[in-house]
Amino acid sequence: MIVSRRWLEALLNRPLDARDAAERLTLHVAAVDAVIPLHQELGDVRIARVLEVKKHPDADRLSLCLVDAGGANGPVEVVCGAPNVQAGKTYPYAPVGAVLPGGLKLERKKIRGVESNGMLCSAKELGLGADQSGILELDTAAPPGTRFVDAVGLADHQIVIDVAANRPDLLCHKGVARELGASLGAPVKLPVIPGAKALTDRPSVRQSDRGVVDGVEVRLEDPEGAPRYMIAVIRGVRVGSSPAWLAERLTAVGQRPINNVVDATNYILFELNQPLHAFDLAKLRGPAVVVRRARPGEKIVTLDGATRTLTTEMTAICDAERPTIVAGVMGSAESEVSSDTTDLVLECAYFQPTRIRRTRRALGLSSESSYRFERGIDMLGMPDALRRAVELIAAVAGGEIRAPALDLWPEPQQERTIFLRPDRVDTLLGVSIERSEVERLLTSVGFFVAPKDARLAVQVPGWRPDVTREVDLIEEVARLKGYDAFPDELRAYRPGTVPDAPEERARARVRDALASAGLLEARTLPIGSADGPDAVAILNPMSVEEAHLRRRLIPGLIGRVEHNWANRNRDVRLFEVGTVFRRRASAIDEWTSVAGVLTGARRPPHWSDGAKVPDMDIWDLKYHFELAVAAAAPSCDLQPLAGGAVGWEAVERGNGAVLGWAGPLEADAPVWAAPLFGFEVRLTLAERGIITYRPLPPQPPVERDLALLLPPGVSAAQVSDVLRRAAGSLLERLEVFDEYRGSGIPEGYRSVAWHCTFRDPARTLREREVDTVLEQGLKALEGELGVRRRES
Amino acid sequence: MRDLLAALGELRERLKEIPQADERRLQDLKTEILGRKAGTLTQILGALPRLDPASKKEVGASANALKREFETAFAARERALKHAAGVVTGLDLTMPGRAAWRAGLHLVTQVVDEICDIFRELGFTRAVGPEVENERYNFFALNFPRDHPALDAQDSFYVGPDLLLRTHTSPVQIRTLERYPPPIRVVIPGQVYRRDPFDASHSPVFQQIEGLAVDEGITFVDFKATLATFARRFFTADTRVRFRPSFFPFTEPSAEMDVQCQICGGVGCPTCKQTGWMEILGSGMVHPAVLDNCGVDSERFTGFAWGMGPERIAMSRHGIPDIRLLFENDVRFLSQFAGGAR
Ligand SMILES: [Zn+2]
Repeated sequence: MIVSRRWLEALLNRPLDARDAAERLTLHVAAVDAVIPLHQELGDVRIARVLEVKKHPDADRLSLCLVDAGGANGPVEVVCGAPNVQAGKTYPYAPVGAVLPGGLKLERKKIRGVESNGMLCSAKELGLGADQSGILELDTAAPPGTRFVDAVGLADHQIVIDVAANRPDLLCHKGVARELGASLGAPVKLPVIPGAKALTDRPSVRQSDRGVVDGVEVRLEDPEGAPRYMIAVIRGVRVGSSPAWLAERLTAVGQRPINNVVDATNYILFELNQPLHAFDLAKLRGPAVVVRRARPGEKIVTLDGATRTLTTEMTAICDAERPTIVAGVMGSAESEVSSDTTDLVLECAYFQPTRIRRTRRALGLSSESSYRFERGIDMLGMPDALRRAVELIAAVAGGEIRAPALDLWPEPQQERTIFLRPDRVDTLLGVSIERSEVERLLTSVGFFVAPKDARLAVQVPGWRPDVTREVDLIEEVARLKGYDAFPDELRAYRPGTVPDAPEERARARVRDALASAGLLEARTLPIGSADGPDAVAILNPMSVEEAHLRRRLIPGLIGRVEHNWANRNRDVRLFEVGTVFRRRASAIDEWTSVAGVLTGARRPPHWSDGAKVPDMDIWDLKYHFELAVAAAAPSCDLQPLAGGAVGWEAVERGNGAVLGWAGPLEADAPVWAAPLFGFEVRLTLAERGIITYRPLPPQPPVERDLALLLPPGVSAAQVSDVLRRAAGSLLERLEVFDEYRGSGIPEGYRSVAWHCTFRDPARTLREREVDTVLEQGLKALEGELGVRRRES
Repeated sequence: MRDLLAALGELRERLKEIPQADERRLQDLKTEILGRKAGTLTQILGALPRLDPASKKEVGASANALKREFETAFAARERALKHAAGVVTGLDLTMPGRAAWRAGLHLVTQVVDEICDIFRELGFTRAVGPEVENERYNFFALNFPRDHPALDAQDSFYVGPDLLLRTHTSPVQIRTLERYPPPIRVVIPGQVYRRDPFDASHSPVFQQIEGLAVDEGITFVDFKATLATFARRFFTADTRVRFRPSFFPFTEPSAEMDVQCQICGGVGCPTCKQTGWMEILGSGMVHPAVLDNCGVDSERFTGFAWGMGPERIAMSRHGIPDIRLLFENDVRFLSQFAGGAR
């Protein structure tokens, strides 16, 4: 909502500082997004009086003027081409050096041989309208030399307010002025309309759905869509351009003046938040105004020239035959006020907010009116708004009203009354506020407060549809007092009953494990294209590429690796802990997944290494996968993929469920890229046991290296299992330290070397005992797996 | 005896020569002072037995102390010369050390953790909830009217007739109130979705941190105190904070909290649109309708709630101009914050 500082000043009858007003509004009412000074580009232009007009010696159309522009060196000579220049009159004057809108900089120059010191300006040259038929004659008493913008009151500020959906009262100057007045202690009074005559007749409410006003029949057939509906008929108007004051008010809030009738209705909209619709009585068949639900398929050509098809969900304002207005949204091109219009029908209505919202959405058509009806206007303020509108139209466009306006209100309503307990104010706000202070604050913005028993009966004005219960009044008290007026000392509190979420603890544990292992955490968007039949589809996606929820993290991470490759980053190690989604029958499953991708050098190159650092391979992958599984799904074991594929699965002990996967990845890789590997595992919330201390053995270990020949098909895991079983508890550790194939080894066989550590925690082991244990192990290996010691 | 003490005094002056001595001079000095036979100090020590017991004690103590000082000084100088010699012989200690890859958490994770940690100190535990929600949890239990503009399908992603991707973390307020009795003090970190195109300042998916406190006797003062304390801990202890009116269906009174702009310090700059303030969070006292909707007696219990966007806070605190940088995951970007956001 844009408000004009000068307009607010007129309502409060006092000068305002725009920044101060913005600050008060922000702290007590609604945030101000911007304060925009208007017409600053005219700051160089001065008021000047023409003292004398002579003919230019060499050009018939030009005159030579002696101009008093307030300068210390006396009057200056200015060449002027306008036919309307007259001695004794006042005009805007741009001196040499001034810059005009559009960037024109005035220089001293000769026009047909005579030097001109600046220029007298037309409205168009000042960016104030299209009129360039002559220079702009001013009606001002300001002395020559006064800044033009100050003298004519153009200097204004737009204050841009971010009005929340619940405060329709702030969508007009009166509402904003009311709040500002409460803060400044200044009352709001509607300014006198120049040339207006006060209407004496007040329309009376008719609890009826029909009536006649000045020969026009009005039927309210849809009181649900239009609970209150008022019509006035004004005859004998002259449609033309608006007086300057009216045009300036609208221009100041960014509205283009159209004609005196439309401008008058817009003025009321921005002053009082009452949308009005004026239409041409001559074009009204009947003449009748019928407010009804539209018929299916009924058509209307709206003001913007588009043909709209209506539905029964919409309210239409019709004449005896067809719709002339989409109620609350936009009128038809046909019934529009034109320069030929002499008799007007002026509508002042309350339309049901939900109805307007649906209509606006269905038609894809919104207007200043629909915006206000959707939020709810002041149903009780309609007669005052209509009366002021009629007075304004009569003042700026002439015409007269022969019969009082018609006010159809089948089910009249009154102000809402809410009871406020003063002690509840203190309980909620935490400080004690005097009852008189509460009354003063509420009264300052239009609530009517009366004591009732121990409570206050508070009458809510019609412009505050948002205030419906006691707590809403307490908010009024708090904000009017000012949130900053409340202390902010921490006080004691009771601890809560909610345990810290185990999901968050688990996620943090996994993140720490992978970050400590040398990976960088990534965050990718969970929306993309379908990557499996059970992907969850978004019913209203923004694009086809972003129409599904991710069902795994790996594809997103591959995309991020490719992005890094595109930026010449070769060494990329990323992990992500994020939510994934799967469709299962009618339900949607979501869980936290953990994934990582690895490519490039195993560690940063160091100058002492000489040769290139090796790239990461599947063994780096296996280590990181083990780490991730231990942190995310400790109930799982790693198993090599079946069927000869390179990779592993994380398999849950007991039930055999596969919760994770690791292996090489395909990607769109540049030639210089290293191989890419990845893993993903589902985060489980298994309870984790306490780790108990194992005593550090004081006895020395006995160590042996063992090179074994493994026949085809025998795995290291099998060898370890057999050795451990045969050697028993004395075998403390078993580590592979070498693998060899090639000369000296039979075809298909390989030599794998183990480093074995034996220890007895209770006593010193003798070499002979270790030899015996090792013999048992070798015997078992040969018997069960055909594995023998490698002859060296 | 006087002579001996004077000699020791002169000798002490020689200590100053040691730090400047080169290797050769150092050897000469050592021989001259501590030489096994002819060393000046050795001779003084050798003369001790001939003194009377009182002098012996006095001179002996000084001489031995000085001897220790010389030994320490010689050793230090020898170490320094040896070190320098290493460079001369080819060990350039300015060469880079052997590194590991830079690794760590995403900036947004760090900011979320930092925020949750501050609230943990203020007694808040973490609570979480699903990202696919129904309209009751996402809207209606939170006191959104049935025809509220936020219910426009164009603002939310729907995945079923009554299923959408939550547009805020506020549904977890409802889930928590339904499950646990007051007193409740929780922070709710989580991912939320809005149907906004991906551009420099919007992402269709972002993080939010919600908070909720409900108990008997919680007031607007407690609300202000808790959030202002958070702001001063997260930014700086002297950061100015202000609260101003706002509107949310699930809070009443509602407030927005601003902190003094961290870029310009409050004088006004393009980042804060010349206001000197940065909007940090939306908040308010829990609307009684929300408590009633969850079966909590709104006459007996009151509370406050808030929600904030860690991405936005991270961007303003760390000077990140485009939200998309947070999702690109360029390792050069991630590495900048991998060692910690501060
Ligand atoms: Zn700033």
